[in-house]
Amino acid sequence: MMTSNSLVYLIALPLAGAVILLLSGRRSDKWGHLLATALSASSFFVGLYQLSLMLDRTNEERPITQKLFEWISVGTFKIDAGLLLDQLSICFVLLITGVGTLIHIYSISYMSHDPDRRRFFAFLNLFIASMLLLVLGDSYLNLYVGWEGVGLASYLLIGFWNQKPAYATASKKAFVMNRIGDMGLSFAIMIAFATMGTVSFTGVKAAAEQTSTAALTGIGIMLLVAATGKSAQFPLQAWLGDAMAGPTPVSALIHAATMVTAGVYLITRSNFIFDAAPTAQLLVVIVGAITLMFGALIGTAKDDIKKALAASTMSQIGYMILGAGLGPVGYAFAIMHLLTHGFFKAGMFLGAGSVMHGMNDEVNMRKYGALRKFMPITFITFGLGYLAILGVPPFAGFYSKDMIIETAFNAGGIKGIILGTVTLLGAGITAFYMTRVMILTFTGTSRWDEEAHPHESPWLMWLPMAILAVGSVTSGYLLSSGDALVNWLSPLFEDHGEHEELLSPIIVSTLALTMVAIGIAFAFIKYSLNEVDEVAPSDVSIFTKIARQDLMQDRFNEAVFMRPGQVLTEVLVKTDEVVIDGAVRGVGRAALGSGASLRGIQSGFVRSYAMLILIGAVALVAAIWVVVQ
Amino acid sequence: MNAANYLYLSALLFTIGAVGVVVRRNAIVVFMCVELMLNAANLSFVTFSRINGDLNGQVIAFFTMVVAACEVVVGLAIIVTIYRSRRSASVDDASLLKR
Repeated sequence: MMTSNSLVYLIALPLAGAVILLLSGRRSDKWGHLLATALSASSFFVGLYQLSLMLDRTNEERPITQKLFEWISVGTFKIDAGLLLDQLSICFVLLITGVGTLIHIYSISYMSHDPDRRRFFAFLNLFIASMLLLVLGDSYLNLYVGWEGVGLASYLLIGFWNQKPAYATASKKAFVMNRIGDMGLSFAIMIAFATMGTVSFTGVKAAAEQTSTAALTGIGIMLLVAATGKSAQFPLQAWLGDAMAGPTPVSALIHAATMVTAGVYLITRSNFIFDAAPTAQLLVVIVGAITLMFGALIGTAKDDIKKALAASTMSQIGYMILGAGLGPVGYAFAIMHLLTHGFFKAGMFLGAGSVMHGMNDEVNMRKYGALRKFMPITFITFGLGYLAILGVPPFAGFYSKDMIIETAFNAGGIKGIILGTVTLLGAGITAFYMTRVMILTFTGTSRWDEEAHPHESPWLMWLPMAILAVGSVTSGYLLSSGDALVNWLSPLFEDHGEHEELLSPIIVSTLALTMVAIGIAFAFIKYSLNEVDEVAPSDVSIFTKIARQDLMQDRFNEAVFMRPGQVLTEVLVKTDEVVIDGAVRGVGRAALGSGASLRGIQSGFVRSYAMLILIGAVALVAAIWVVVQ
Repeated sequence: MNAANYLYLSALLFTIGAVGVVVRRNAIVVFMCVELMLNAANLSFVTFSRINGDLNGQVIAFFTMVVAACEVVVGLAIIVTIYRSRRSASVDDASLLKR
């Protein structure tokens, strides 16, 4: 493989930004945000430069590596801190730095009134650097460093306004739930090292053929646990909704476009493991299918615009995980949906931020309405993202989502029919809840608070939205015309030949569009033709109530994990106090007590001592006399 | 004369000494009672020496005398010092260590 010396700049530039901004303190308040944006942008241009170099090379020569330093060297076990840039990671690099830079620009204006704007930009740069390390690491261990880094950045940014206790709790919740996933990743690395003796991607790929299916299944399941944690998939999905406590640009960058897709990257990157472990692969598909319905159902009941979008993110990542679980035919489509989703979901989150900006940070959609006239640019950009996520041709989602639905149908047998139906239903429900968001926010009559004065956001905010909207419109076509992305990624995945076709693309698209139309129609009847209540109605069916509470995910976690955990902790604390501390204190008390009782004899009178000595001597002599006799 | 009589005398002297140590308060008297006990023991040693027909017991008697002499020196010095500081030679008054 070719080597290069310039890969490190991709990571070093934003990392330097984070370090400078954090260390220089208030001195950089005036220019810190500009520096951070410039460094993020320069990292993007390094990425573009690398892409241009890569395009000039042939397929086999495209991946390049850079060894940074020897990290661990113990006997025969060696790990280098190295970077690997191949066809897969360049997609992520451009997405992260590109969308990241746009969101930096947006944040300059969005956070302009925040006294801690410099710290915010430092964390954003830290996130960009960590995320780049995650996708550029050439071994699972290097990936793990980035994996932890984005977890840290996510924690810091969700809790950015940690003066509100609820926000601090939300960031802690995200961090703790992510730890469970991180544990899965560390187990996967340990199993890989124990069975194969290596943790680098190339090494594991080469060793996978000689490794037992059981070990590969174990690694696969642990990697899936890691993916569910970071990508908010079932059963570790509960943190994403609360993560919306962070500033909206953070939700757009970390909790929609990039970090939450790390699980998809991990599974796609580990394709050689999942291809050889069908059980693990099946579990991936099941997790994806459950989550895409789960997220979609939650999305239908949320009145908070950011939480509705978060539920939608969860659902869309479910699509990607499902696609990645379908094997070699699905990886490329999962990545394609990931890229298009990065555009349209980031765009919509920025749109939501723009709406909140104009509405005094109100997030309840029931207090919006009729904003189309007051925020025309936000309406248009958000609307383009909306059409993209619905999968209306020729917008981006049409290409990527239909591909996943089609691949799901063609997975073969009962599995294919079930998966296909789930993805189709998901598309319908997506149409319903996204239409609901559109109608509640932009059309109908105004239901604002009295002091609300909606206005369009400044150009620094709408420019990134506009660029992302262009991406939402064109990215699908660009990536799929002539199977561009599929061919680009094909050297990385082993193709197992042609697959049977259950349904032709035309029929799948027709079915999907029919579902979408039904979803839109339902939402239109319910929210556009009828009056929308300003306060969420309480006389609703049991299903709505459950959906409003995120399908009981928190209650489930509390009942199944938190309460038994608390009981266990209490038992352990009691055991510690009674048994262990009791034993320690008991020794002390026994010594003290015996001392206290023995002290009574120490009267201080010499004559009583003499008496005791005499008695002792007599007793001793008597004892000897008895023994001798 | 029966050697056992000396042993009875020795036991009697030792008992008198022991009772004196336990009962009397005056340090000088207690001290003398201790001497009495030592000398009772000496008498036993010499008697056994005579019974067994060797010199071991007599040698030990000399050792005891030397120890007793040393003890008198140290003990009297302590008693005099206590008397100087406390104006009393009662052993019951010398109970500072307890407090």
